[in-house]
Formats: sequence, C-alpha cells, structure tokens
Amino acid sequence: MAVETHDDGLDPELPLLTTTVEKVVQWARRSAIWPAQFGLACCAIEMMAMAASRYDIARFGAEVFRGSPRQSDLMIVAGRLSRKMAPAMRRVYDQMPDPKWVISMGACASIGGVFDNYAIVQGVDQVVPVDVYVPGCPPRPESLIYGIVQLQNKIARSRA
Amino acid sequence: MAELRTETMTVNMGPQHPSTHGVLRLVLELDGEVIQSVMPTIGYLHTGIEKTAEQKKWQQVIPLVERMDYLAAQSNSLAYALAVEKLLGLEMPQRVKDIRVLIAELQRLASHLIWLGTHAMEIGAVSMLFYAIRERELLLNINELIAGFRFFPSYIRVGGLREDLPRGFHESVNAFLERFPAKIAEFEGLLTKNDIFRRRTEGVGVITAEDAMQWGLVGPIARAAGLDYDVRKYFPYLGYESYDFAVPTATEGDVYARYRVRMEELRQSVKICKQAIARITPSGVWACDDPRVVPPPKDKVYTEMEALIQHFLIYSQGFTVPAGEAYVPIEGPRGEHGTYIVSDGTNRPWRVKMRPPSFMAIQALPAVVKGGLIADVVAVIGSTDVVMGDCDR
Amino acid sequence: MTAADIINALTPLVPGAAFEAAPSVDFATVYVPADRLVDTCRALRDADALKFTTIIEITAADYFPRQPRFEVVYHLLSISRRARVRLKVLVGENGSLPTVQGVWKGAGWPEREVWDMFGIIFDGHPDLRRLLMPDDWDGHPARKDYPVQVKKGAQTYEPLEVSENEFRANIERDRVKRTH
Repeated sequence: MAVETHDDGLDPELPLLTTTVEKVVQWARRSAIWPAQFGLACCAIEMMAMAASRYDIARFGAEVFRGSPRQSDLMIVAGRLSRKMAPAMRRVYDQMPDPKWVISMGACASIGGVFDNYAIVQGVDQVVPVDVYVPGCPPRPESLIYGIVQLQNKIARSRA
Repeated sequence: MAELRTETMTVNMGPQHPSTHGVLRLVLELDGEVIQSVMPTIGYLHTGIEKTAEQKKWQQVIPLVERMDYLAAQSNSLAYALAVEKLLGLEMPQRVKDIRVLIAELQRLASHLIWLGTHAMEIGAVSMLFYAIRERELLLNINELIAGFRFFPSYIRVGGLREDLPRGFHESVNAFLERFPAKIAEFEGLLTKNDIFRRRTEGVGVITAEDAMQWGLVGPIARAAGLDYDVRKYFPYLGYESYDFAVPTATEGDVYARYRVRMEELRQSVKICKQAIARITPSGVWACDDPRVVPPPKDKVYTEMEALIQHFLIYSQGFTVPAGEAYVPIEGPRGEHGTYIVSDGTNRPWRVKMRPPSFMAIQALPAVVKGGLIADVVAVIGSTDVVMGDCDR
Repeated sequence: MTAADIINALTPLVPGAAFEAAPSVDFATVYVPADRLVDTCRALRDADALKFTTIIEITAADYFPRQPRFEVVYHLLSISRRARVRLKVLVGENGSLPTVQGVWKGAGWPEREVWDMFGIIFDGHPDLRRLLMPDDWDGHPARKDYPVQVKKGAQTYEPLEVSENEFRANIERDRVKRTH
C-alpha cells in the first residue's frame, strides 16, 4: 500500500506514526513521573496540598507518592535539610533506580533559606545533584507544579 | 533440628518514613510483632532557630519563630509576641485582641484538620486526607486574604498586627463558618462509628492523667485522660475569659479518646470564632499606639517629619526591650505552647526558647507503646499529633 | 502565688537552703542553690500547698562573660493550685547539676537537650548524650562563644551496616557518666 509522505511522517489513511525511540522513551518517562515521599518540613505540607484535590498533581502524571524510594523516579526534597539528616538523604537518593531526578523545593532546600546557621545544610545540591530549583517559602502548589512541568520539559529535550 | 531463636528483632523505622509525621527515627525492638522497647532519635530537623533568633532584631524573629510548628504557624508568633509585649508592658486594644483570638482559633482548626487527615490516612482511611485538605484550603485562602501568604503570614507582630483587615474578610470568614459545622459532622460520620477505626484505636496507647502530668503532656492528651487543664481557662490571655466555650474532656486516655476530644475542640473553636467575628468591626485600630514599637501609617510618613524619623528608627535599628525575662503560655493546638525570652535591654533578644509540646510527647512514646503492636505505634504517633519542626526546632 | 509564698512554704521543708526571690513580670521566680535542687523539687511536687506536679520546661541561658556563666531555668506548673513557678540555678563553666528525672519523668529529654546545647552535665542522668545535634558533633551550639554559621560541607556518608551490638555499644560510648 502506498504511503503518502508528508514532512512529519503522518499519513491520515494509515494508522502509523513515525518517531524516534528516544522521543517515545522520554515521553513515557516524563508523563508518569512518580515522586518518592521525602517531605522534611513545612514544604511537605504544601507538597501534600499539591497532591490533594485542589491542585491535583495526578493530572500531570505524578499519580502516586511512593513510600519506598526503590519504586520511584523523582525525589522532591521538600523542606530544610539538617546536617544530621544529610547522610540519610544521600542513602535514600542512592536507593532510587536510574533514571532519577531531584527537585529542590523551597528556599531552604535550594540555598539554606532563612536559616544560615550551623544546623542547616546550605543547599541540598551539596548532597545530591539537583535538576530543578523551586523558590519560595513555601512555594505555592502552583509553583511546584510549574517546577514539575519544567522538569518534564527538561526530560523531553534530554537524551535517553 | 533447627534451634529455636528467642532473641528479639531490631527494626529501624527510619527518618524517611511515610507515617512518622516528619523526620523521626524509631529503633524498635520486637518480639514477633509485640514491641519490647522503642528508642526514638530526634534532631533530624534541628534548625537552630533559637541561636539564629539571637542575631535578629525583635521584630525580625517573628518569621523565624513561625516556621517552628509549621501547621499552626500563627500560634507560634502569637506566643512570641505576647511574651515580648509582656516585657515591654504594652496593652493591646480590644479589637486587636479579638482579631488575634480569631486568628488563633482559625489556626487551631487548620492544624486539627491536618491532624485528622494524616492520622486517619495512616490508620487506613486514605481519603480523609483529601477531605481535610479541601477544608484547609479555605482557611489558607483567608490567610492569603489578610497577608498575601498562605502559610506564614507574619500577620501577628509585636505591638499588634501588620495592618488593618482587608475588605471581604468578614464575608470569607462567615462563609467558612457557615459551611464548616456540616463538614465536621461529615467527618465524624465517616470515622466515629467506623468499626475498623474503633478497633484500631480503642484501648491503644493509654496515657493516664497521672502519667500526663509526670511527662509534662498538657493539652488534648491530658484532656483525653480526664484533666480539664486548658490554658485559655486557667491562665486566660487575650480576653478569653469573655468568650463562652467549653473544654472537652474524656476519661479513657486512649487514641480514640484523643480523637473525640479533638473533634469536639473543632466545634468549640467554631463557636469561639463566631463570637469573635461578631465583635470585630470591619475597620479600626490594628495596633497599640506606642510609637517606639509600631510604625506609623504610610500617609503620615510621607508628610510628617516625626513620623518619618519614627519609621526610620523602627526599621533600621528596631525597638529595645527592657531587661528581664518572660514566659507567656498559650493553648496551641498541640498543648501548652510558650516562648521564654530573656532580654538584656538591647534591640536583639538574648535568648529565645520555645516550649515544644511535641518534644514531651515523643519523650513519652516509649512508655506508651511498650507491649503494643507495630501498627499501634503509628496510631499513637498520629494521636499525639507530633510535628517534628516543633520538636526539633 | 508569689515568690515569697513559695519560699515561705519551702523553707520548713528544705531546711538550710538559701532561696532568693527574683524580680519578674509574669510569675514567681526563685533562685535555688544547686546542691538542694532535688530536695526542693521533691518538696514542690509533693507539698500540699504547692503541688507542682507538671514539669513544663527545662532550659538554660548563657550569660557569657558573667561568672557564673549559665543559668538553668525550670518552669513548673501546678494544675490544682493554678500556679506557675520558675526556678533558676546558677551553674559555672564546667559545672554540673543533679538530675531531677527522679522527680518528674518528663525531665529526661530537656536535660539532654541542655547538655547538647550548653554542655551542662546532669549527675545521675541515665542517658546523657546528644539529642538534637549529630552524635559526633563537636561543641555546644547554644553557647555565646559558638559561631552561628559553620562553614563545613555536609557529611553525606555514614557506615552502611551497624550490627545490633555495635549499635548498643555506640550508645554506651556516647553517654556522659559522672558517678560522684
């Protein structure tokens, strides 16, 4: 059967779609990105509010917050990271299987926030590599959703 | 033949756990499923708020202190502001006191809603979280209305409030108070007679009145054990003696009793809110008239010289508080909450120490869950309503 | 209940102790000598006129460079008599206080926190080790000569596996014990 060639490879007659494997894989990865529960402090409550019915995050693909890091893709570090907690956080990050991403939510996770003192690690990127920083104290749920959408765009344009 | 091992098993409920209300680490020693001992480790959220507060001026400590117990944020700033005002010797106008009462009670509602949602979710009724957060969103809308920020409005300041109430405040609050009692009835209909909920919570985690006093647990925990101690009745502040409300108590002291006490507290808080909003005029005075502490209104700052100087002094070097110490307790949603401040006469605090009710609750945890099952640990932590930000500061 | 009432009620019960009332704006404040602390607390808890059965808080304040440097503050509450009292004990640089955990069970962790933050040792405390800071932290953060900002990288690795015996041995090693 003859295939009409359009520049995007789509033929209205044939149920065929041409694309690259990379695009499909990245589409799958970014559309069902499941966060691990890593709520530390006040930002965790905003994260819960984001997962609740008003700012539903499930419509962006983050359907369930997994309790175990071994079954999740995304770690949203929500809250202030104290020095005592840093090794535990690194352990949780190491337990996540590849590909994994980290969103640093809030000012305390990004840069230490209001607390520039002996007890708080000044920025979670001293411990884990961060993909998206979401500022705010705490960021509104819409800000965090914007951060997740930016992460999805980042996944879309990166190599599988 | 395989030998019979009789040693106990040690399990770590690590700092990252869905049900520990934050970062709490419990090392459980188990004999099968029965708990022999629990060793809690806290400090995973220690923020050094007290030491950081010594570097800030008196008014700048308010945002720091609010982030301590993050579910009932304005109770923290209320406790701090009351203590500083006691040292300063300031007396608030009646309208300011009524607005502060309203805000404190709305915060109690917000905090109890999260308690209800997470406690029920951990026991198994997952959808309660969505119902509770739905109602809390309306309260956060009210917060946003008064100060533009959902969580930590910093609306209560030393000397009064940040600014006057906005337009639409009375309508919002009245609409919420109209709607909420039916919701409380709905939540109770879902949980109170629910057989599974009752079997998980009745007889579990009993804390007697004697124990509560020894461990320093005063608040809903002590009230569920029979003590009717409520700071609002025993050491009234902000004019609470003029409000008509009851203090709910129960006698069994188990998880179910604490649940019932807090649900009744929701109703009593709504009653106080209705009385408070009836007394508040839509516009009026919002701070005491002490020029050293309260910045003047902006139109005066632009036109009068003294007001400009006063504004400049307040915002550049802050006000000084006479030397001394003060501790004013308030009835927070978790129990007695207070801030012990020591002043050395300058414009920065010398010591700020917040009395954390959750700290005492976790300290009592090993004695309460001994002999119970692992699932009971989750129920007890939920019922004592611990917040790790409050515990670790 | 004023400070004078409390001192009058305490003096027959704790003979020989030099109590001193301090000025305060909120409730009764009494200075207590360190060696009579436990007897005073027991009398406050049990005496019929006082009945301070609830411990609210134990904390400390550092008045560097004044000598004695620390002041340990106890807040007590009497529900039946509707009263509060603040006890203050002066402690020096390397000083120590007896523990009041035998009087109120809830005093254990606040005393641990005072040790962690200030370095004041409580004699007889069964479990005196760090509470809020990491177990191997150096220094006592709430002291006035400790810096607010510590420029140190985050420590991200700790031993992966600790056996049960090692775990208990570590706890024993971290406890501060004073036998006298």
